[in-house]
Amino acid sequence: MCETCGCGDEHVVSVDLHERILAANDGAARHNREHFAELGVLAINLMGSPGSGKTALIEATARAASNRDLRISALSGDLATDRDGERLRAAGIPAATITTGSACHLDAAMVHHGLHDLAWRDRDLLFIENVGNLVCPAVYDLGQAANVVALSVTEGEDKPLKYPVMFRKADLVVLTKADLLPHLPEVCVESLEDALGQVMPKPRMIVVSTRTGQGMQEWMSWLGERLPRRPSRDPAPPRQN
Amino acid sequence: MHEYSIVGAMIERVEAEARARNATAVRHVHVRIGELSGVEPDLLASAYQVFRERTVCESAELSIERVEARWECGECGSAGISGGSLRCAICGGAPRLAQGDEILLQRIEMEVE
Repeated sequence: MCETCGCGDEHVVSVDLHERILAANDGAARHNREHFAELGVLAINLMGSPGSGKTALIEATARAASNRDLRISALSGDLATDRDGERLRAAGIPAATITTGSACHLDAAMVHHGLHDLAWRDRDLLFIENVGNLVCPAVYDLGQAANVVALSVTEGEDKPLKYPVMFRKADLVVLTKADLLPHLPEVCVESLEDALGQVMPKPRMIVVSTRTGQGMQEWMSWLGERLPRRPSRDPAPPRQN
Repeated sequence: MHEYSIVGAMIERVEAEARARNATAVRHVHVRIGELSGVEPDLLASAYQVFRERTVCESAELSIERVEARWECGECGSAGISGGSLRCAICGGAPRLAQGDEILLQRIEMEVE
């Protein structure tokens, strides 16, 4: 009998679930996270608007990583084309593309399938370059260790206030294209930091230019601090190649 | 428009529950959506209108309870964090979201034989 709405209809049952609607995605994300942990791979969910410089940041990271004996791979999500994958492979990064069709975000199952096409297991770092979008990707756990949002200086300092869900989930904001700042007198980095402080529980931002190399060292250190322990990376025994 | 995939996942879950209980129809589905969940209740409602056709939810009403965001201090537990900076006014600690990121399937009302 339905006791909840009081309709008195004995053929109606009310079932309390209190479940996350995305429970299936959460399960797939847990599975991915176990894979990453088991193999000691740092998985980064890189999000940001289209054109915010996500791919360029991965390319620059690969250049900086080569001096640090750090091996990276990348999985890129786009609605169509393999262009980001091609760019990344041309930069010497093992990369695969997840073509989402009309989906505006990656989910954990797409990442899991995408991993089957990618040589990521012997890498230190896996970038999951999400679909360019400041809204939807924030909703889906992919199994990543950290969320990084790339925000370019031309997007405006009020973006965190306009897209609070994305920035609340960010562990780090990388302010990209900083070499353009001299041409943008109206953009105030302090105002941007202030906006982040209103939406991000632990605000952290690194100002980066992949052209000039500004901020790259800080970015590489941030990544380095998060690398999980793995025998091949730790001092003894030395890596056997 | 990730609301479409949220509705898709929700209807799948409702269908599984209806099957498990041998329900003949679903009358009402209740969800809770947080202000900072990234899900827009109005878009969720319109996505539901499209997706429910020819599913067990075809004639089921959808009720969406909106949950306001509420922050509290992650260190001292103070609830006095609202507007402006998210820092705790009492101890300066970093905040945590006490509520407001829910995307929950709360309750289903089904018809059974």
